[in-house]
Amino acid sequence: MLQDSAISDPHTERKIFVVRLLVAAVLVLMLSSIMIYRYFDLQIVRHQDYITNSNNNRIHIRPVLPPRGLIFDKNGILLADNRPTFTLNIIADRTQKVDELITQLRSLITISEHDLSTFEKRFQRGKSFEPIALKYNLTEKERAILAVNGHALVGAEVSAQLTRFYPSGELFAHVVGYMGRINERERQTIDLDQYRGIDFIGKIGLEKFYEKNLLGGQGTEQVETNARGRVMRVLDRIDPVSGDDLTLYIDSHLQAVAHEALKDTRGALVAMDVKTGGILSMISTPAYDPNPFVSGISQRDYDKLINSLDQPLFNRALRGQYPPGSTLKPLFGLIGLENDIFDMDFAINDPGYFYMEGISRPWRDHNSDRGGHGVGVDLAKAIIESCDVFFYTIGVKIGIDMLANESTKFSLGKRTGIDLYGEKQGIMPTRQWKSRYRNEGWFNGDTINMSIGQGFMLTTPLQLAVMTARIASRGKMVKPRLLKAINGVEVENMQVEEDIQIDQRYWDYVHQSMVDVVHSNKGTAVGVSQGINYKMAGKTGTAQVISINEEEEYDSSKIDKRKWDHALFVAFAPAEDPQIAVALIVENGEHGSLTAAPIARQVIDAYMETKESGSQYAGDRSNPAFRNTRIGAN
Amino acid sequence: MQQYDFVRRLDTLGIDKPANRFHIDLGLLLTLLILCVAGLFILYSASEKSLFYVKRQAVIMFVGFLGMLVAAQFPVRFWERWAFLLYTIAVLSLMAVMLFGVEAKGATRWLDLGITRFQPSEITKIAVPMMVSAYLGKRFIPPTFKHVFVALVMVLVPVLAIVQQPDLGTAILVFASGFFVLFLAGLRKRYLIITALAAIAAVPALWIYVMRDYQKQRVLTLLSPEDDKFGAGWNIIQSTTAIGSGGLKGKGWTQGTQSQLNFLPESHTDFIIAVLAEEFGLLGVVVLSLLYLILIGQCMMIAVNAQSQFGRLIAGSISLTFFIYVFVNMCMVSGILPVVGVPLPLISYGGTAIVTLFFGFGILMAISSEPRQLRTQR
Repeated sequence: MLQDSAISDPHTERKIFVVRLLVAAVLVLMLSSIMIYRYFDLQIVRHQDYITNSNNNRIHIRPVLPPRGLIFDKNGILLADNRPTFTLNIIADRTQKVDELITQLRSLITISEHDLSTFEKRFQRGKSFEPIALKYNLTEKERAILAVNGHALVGAEVSAQLTRFYPSGELFAHVVGYMGRINERERQTIDLDQYRGIDFIGKIGLEKFYEKNLLGGQGTEQVETNARGRVMRVLDRIDPVSGDDLTLYIDSHLQAVAHEALKDTRGALVAMDVKTGGILSMISTPAYDPNPFVSGISQRDYDKLINSLDQPLFNRALRGQYPPGSTLKPLFGLIGLENDIFDMDFAINDPGYFYMEGISRPWRDHNSDRGGHGVGVDLAKAIIESCDVFFYTIGVKIGIDMLANESTKFSLGKRTGIDLYGEKQGIMPTRQWKSRYRNEGWFNGDTINMSIGQGFMLTTPLQLAVMTARIASRGKMVKPRLLKAINGVEVENMQVEEDIQIDQRYWDYVHQSMVDVVHSNKGTAVGVSQGINYKMAGKTGTAQVISINEEEEYDSSKIDKRKWDHALFVAFAPAEDPQIAVALIVENGEHGSLTAAPIARQVIDAYMETKESGSQYAGDRSNPAFRNTRIGAN
Repeated sequence: MQQYDFVRRLDTLGIDKPANRFHIDLGLLLTLLILCVAGLFILYSASEKSLFYVKRQAVIMFVGFLGMLVAAQFPVRFWERWAFLLYTIAVLSLMAVMLFGVEAKGATRWLDLGITRFQPSEITKIAVPMMVSAYLGKRFIPPTFKHVFVALVMVLVPVLAIVQQPDLGTAILVFASGFFVLFLAGLRKRYLIITALAAIAAVPALWIYVMRDYQKQRVLTLLSPEDDKFGAGWNIIQSTTAIGSGGLKGKGWTQGTQSQLNFLPESHTDFIIAVLAEEFGLLGVVVLSLLYLILIGQCMMIAVNAQSQFGRLIAGSISLTFFIYVFVNMCMVSGILPVVGVPLPLISYGGTAIVTLFFGFGILMAISSEPRQLRTQR
């Protein structure tokens, strides 16, 4: 130490140092300039680019979903509601490791394999900045767990949305239908812009038919989010347009009565307002609960429904095609009278069987013991007692062409045009039909079978209801319709077809005959007239499920119950001023008079009661209590 | 002797200013105070308007100030004499880290002292330049080959220990602080050229043998951040976006969307300059840079006026190293240098680094208040 410092020269040392420090200072200034230039370049020269980047980071446009239109019955009772539910979503853009996030989530709440696989599908297709649903219908507990762990779950978010809920469960399943998640096929056909952020679509029933009305118009929201995707504030918003609220002609009370009466059977019932064509009740049993379809029904439950012999998913009222049986007799009688094939005095002797010229085999009368309905069977008696031989006789006289032609006016063999998809048209056989589908000519035997509603002829319960309504209204071309009003404004019923022109005397005659079916001692449905305080007109019917050899007796004890005859009944009331028409079928119910007619009576009773007591509910859309059932958007 | 010094001091300064009696350089103190207060304001915004970090930082700064004032009270000669001990402690604790260090985030940098964790590489930042300055301060200037060699060994031993932790950023800074001493001591041009060539030649070797994958990744990311938008590139994309979107005047204090909405990572520590740039714009960046340059200028003036070779060298090295901190940090956040963990001095949140810095400034103050020799005497 001493040695070295002894010969050091402080002056030179300082000089060397100062020079070096000056060099360093120059370098410092140069480097500082480069550094400042970099900031100048970023902040001034490329400022606009970075402003854009920064805004893209934080500002997102997202759809604001419109609340779907609600569906009410005629009295304002809610049939399809929107309820808030919570969904766990993943936003891929916000996390680098989606797989890790899912593993983490699975350790917190249960996420089924099914949820995972559907998520994968959506994930492949979805945009990385849009939330993709991982699990629907979070329970309160799951929401709490997710909220507590929220800070660690970057890229996952819980969103609240309105989900369809059907408060009455299976009661309106076949009318209102249900919504479900949009599938691949539907994705091809819908306007994807309208469905941004919407996972659900009407699948069946009114939900599908009025999808466009119910959907509403999307709004948008400009939001500022933080890096985790949490919305910090809303910058701008265009409100969505709510979907239209639909009011139906359906009367929940009637529906409930009818459903209660039919619930243990396989059957269908349609009740129509004779004046407007409004469908008051439409039942197909067994039914199903539509709610699981919204949240995603499990494969097992779905298989159970699909594989059930009773076919609960099958809308019998709309799509079930049955031989109408004797319920057609009043109509065929009317056709014969109006076309002067026979007159009101025309009568036959009924020995209990009918021989067609040139055919040795007889046609039996199904509705009498051997021996027949005796002498002097006119149209009235034939309707009241349901005499087959009379109709064999006039059927041949009228002929297939006229029968087919005139029946079409009563909606047989063609679609009624109800506001539901998937309606079946039944079969009103003609010569052309037979040569086309059976590759055979038309035989008189075919006409004979048809004249009692058997043979090739098939009708849906809905068609029978329309037929009955048109008979009841004396030829008014009422069309069946479920939708009464949109947003409280009544929908005009387009009356395009001309009314059916039939002499009033014939209407009176046939109406009276049908009243007597219920009210006269000999009437086939007299059993239901007990204690009735209004006049009901009706007609029973029995439809064969299997053909019985004419020589054999039909004996239900010998056959499988599923091959028993179907029981049918059509009716309208009150007879003097018809308001309601009902058609129903009970599959394998054997006799219309015993199983079907009492159900019609219950439904019409219920209708008459509410008519008398006045509506139980203020069916008025301006009623504020009724308005309050609506859940607001978001 | 004591008497003589006292008289000479009076002669030089004219008056016995109270500040100087306590060995305080008022100019330096003022600049430091301005920087610290500015730092606390930026930190408040960077930590999402929470006072938590601000309070802790203020406490650390207060401790740092005290430490600085205490260090300033010792004569320069004291620091020169004890540099060797400090250096030995630093090297030994680095060895201890190698043996018993605590691992965190894949690096072993800490010693667990029971009460607190302690990062020995932090003291080497000051211990290495002190040691080299003390060594060269007593020797011929410019240094001979032997002295250069010894000095290099002094620098490289701790540097290599830090490299293998691994902490390349700190290692480079420690190396730089030691090298600055050599440079300021008049290291001959041929050595400078050799060093430069060696540095260039060392790049491939560093890349292949020394640098870890994550370090290489940072360099690659610098070249093309968009390649890994959500991984390594994320920080740089977000910080340049924050800086660029600030424009000339900035978005306003606590109004930066990048920082307030958490897009900017490490916003209260290494990347805090991006918060400033976003909220105060280029004007804020320039003002801060000027403050730093003023501070560095003040330190350089202290170096120039230092009375001993040791004082000159250590003061010069501290000023240049301080600049390197600022430069590396501001360049790394703005995307022109790879991301190495270098905080922005006096602004970034962080304990040990601030205390070390203040300790350095304490030595500077001790140097600046050294009694001056009369020029006439020479």
